[in-house]
Amino acid sequence: MAEKKRILLQGNEACAEGALYAGCRFFAGYPITPSTEVAEALSVKLPKAGGKFIQMEDEIASISAIIGASLAGVKSMTATSGPGFSLKQEGIGFACLAEVPCVIVNVMRGGPSTGYPTGPGQADVMQARWGTHGDHPVIALTPAYVQEILFETVRAFNLAEKYRTPVMILYDEIVGHMREPIVLPEPGEIEVVDRVKPTCPPEEYFPYDERYEIAPLAAYGEGYRFHVTGLNHRQDGFPTNDPATIQEGIKRIIRKIENNRDDIMKNEEFHLDDAEICILAYGSTARSGREAVKIAREKGIKVGLLRPLTLWPFPEDTIREVSKRARVVVVPEMNLGQIVYEVERCADCEVVGIHRVDGEPITPAQIIEVMERYK
Amino acid sequence: MSGAAVAVKKKLSVPFDYSKYIRPGKLPHIWCPGCGHGIVLKALLRAIDKSGLKKDDICMVSGIGCSSRTPGYVDFNTLHTLHGRALSYATGVKLAKPELKVIVITGDGDALAIGGNHFIHTCRRNIDMTILVYTNAIYGMTGGQYSPATPVGSVSHTSRYGNIEPPFDTCEMAKASGATFVARGTAYHCQELERIILEAIKHKGTSVVDIIDSCPVYYGRMNKYKSASQMMEMIEKNGTISVKQAEKLPPEKLEGKLLRGILYKVDRPEYCEEYEKLIKKAQGKG
Repeated sequence: MAEKKRILLQGNEACAEGALYAGCRFFAGYPITPSTEVAEALSVKLPKAGGKFIQMEDEIASISAIIGASLAGVKSMTATSGPGFSLKQEGIGFACLAEVPCVIVNVMRGGPSTGYPTGPGQADVMQARWGTHGDHPVIALTPAYVQEILFETVRAFNLAEKYRTPVMILYDEIVGHMREPIVLPEPGEIEVVDRVKPTCPPEEYFPYDERYEIAPLAAYGEGYRFHVTGLNHRQDGFPTNDPATIQEGIKRIIRKIENNRDDIMKNEEFHLDDAEICILAYGSTARSGREAVKIAREKGIKVGLLRPLTLWPFPEDTIREVSKRARVVVVPEMNLGQIVYEVERCADCEVVGIHRVDGEPITPAQIIEVMERYK
Repeated sequence: MSGAAVAVKKKLSVPFDYSKYIRPGKLPHIWCPGCGHGIVLKALLRAIDKSGLKKDDICMVSGIGCSSRTPGYVDFNTLHTLHGRALSYATGVKLAKPELKVIVITGDGDALAIGGNHFIHTCRRNIDMTILVYTNAIYGMTGGQYSPATPVGSVSHTSRYGNIEPPFDTCEMAKASGATFVARGTAYHCQELERIILEAIKHKGTSVVDIIDSCPVYYGRMNKYKSASQMMEMIEKNGTISVKQAEKLPPEKLEGKLLRGILYKVDRPEYCEEYEKLIKKAQGKG
């Protein structure tokens, strides 16, 4: 078989390709660095595919529009960066509670506030988890390579459709703007999941049918005439003040993710089997982590890399397992300490963070320097 | 006079059956006694009935507030969204499925304050949807705070010394922003309102109807109105004048009165139709 043609793409362009592959036919966005290229690419490619791109008046309008489009039955996405991600939180909460599939891309830059728009950051990972108010489920994926951004974007849509929930893709400016040769998958090569639609007669349809962990989702205009609200609701979608119904509704949307961890979780393990030192890293920082493993192994240091591709829900069990064998878990991240505390919560060994927020990447040398202390 | 003769003379019409548009078990509504929202809902349902639209083909979207609870009661595709955002959700629905008739229910706080930016940009795009702004000049659901439609001098729970902020003219703003159908009605003139809403629904493009409505419980009590009906008479009946009547009167007689009726109507390219052309162009078929 002839080798597939490789093309040089930027991370943000690969994200757009992944969205198209997954069947995304609606994108609403607002220009913001360093994610704008996702919107630019889709403004060209979506109409060609019969889909629609709209540049909304702001970030909140963008996430609102994709939720509306998704309820009308179209796979939808928005993309943003730091300040825009802050603004999108109310919509993320709505999509969590109303159980509307959609994908939100956050190309992370330096913060807080306007911060460092053209520099990378990884300081939005806790905002991705807890940014919107109230208890809610979260799925967030953290690709580290341009090819992987494409694959993970497809996976984000699949998870969103399967679990009727917003899915976030978090990658940083480095991978967003990096160009790498990648292969575009052929149609049918990667699984594409579509939401389950109801087959019952409209009069028997409940958008939050209690008989299901994840109820089938009808689309507006197909005869089901259902109600969606951001209020706590009953199985028929209408608001309720009943304490038991409210609590069960919130617990169920969290349970539907927790009960399916096996399907949602994804990690890459690199030289981890005999590792006495474990580097836990995600996104572009994991690239430095991988390089650090290679260099350290040459020096005879038993180091391995654990790289979560699903950052939320958090890979608690994997970390527990790894930390039984390792003496230390090293967590490099481009923030002043976010995921490191989650690791501390789960690890049975010492945990040490490596942090910087100066807009520069964490280098392999920086990681090795810390590991030298533990060899 | 015989009974039969009376029947012929009066030509009794069959009362309108609202129940076919109301979801079973969803009434009573949350609106207070004396609130005009129920009157507006009835005018809306009669207009929808006259439009000939099927229930399956209507998507009703709202934001947050008293009027925004409307979609929960009616048997359409319904979406109760977040404060101020109804028009953005509605834009997504409409673009994803242009064959749906999108009707947005919003209040003056929802549409003009927190949703002001979405309001002007929706009008600018001239996307096909009907926006009904229930203007009662107060935030009712949170207990009576001043809104961008509250007249200067009015008392509210956040303007105890009298409101010093001039209000928006919703219709002027809609027109300036690019809406291609702009009208005003009141709950008091309920039959006229039905005709206006019907015309708004039939219009291709963004249609905005500013509906002057009363909140006797908060605005009325705090501003010394004696009753819901007196408030309705003073604000909706005496405070407005139809476009036709206004034409016959000198400007000094119109002072302090809001114009009622279809105030502005033009034809301009509609967003979804333009988008279809864009798709053809992108696909090299244009």
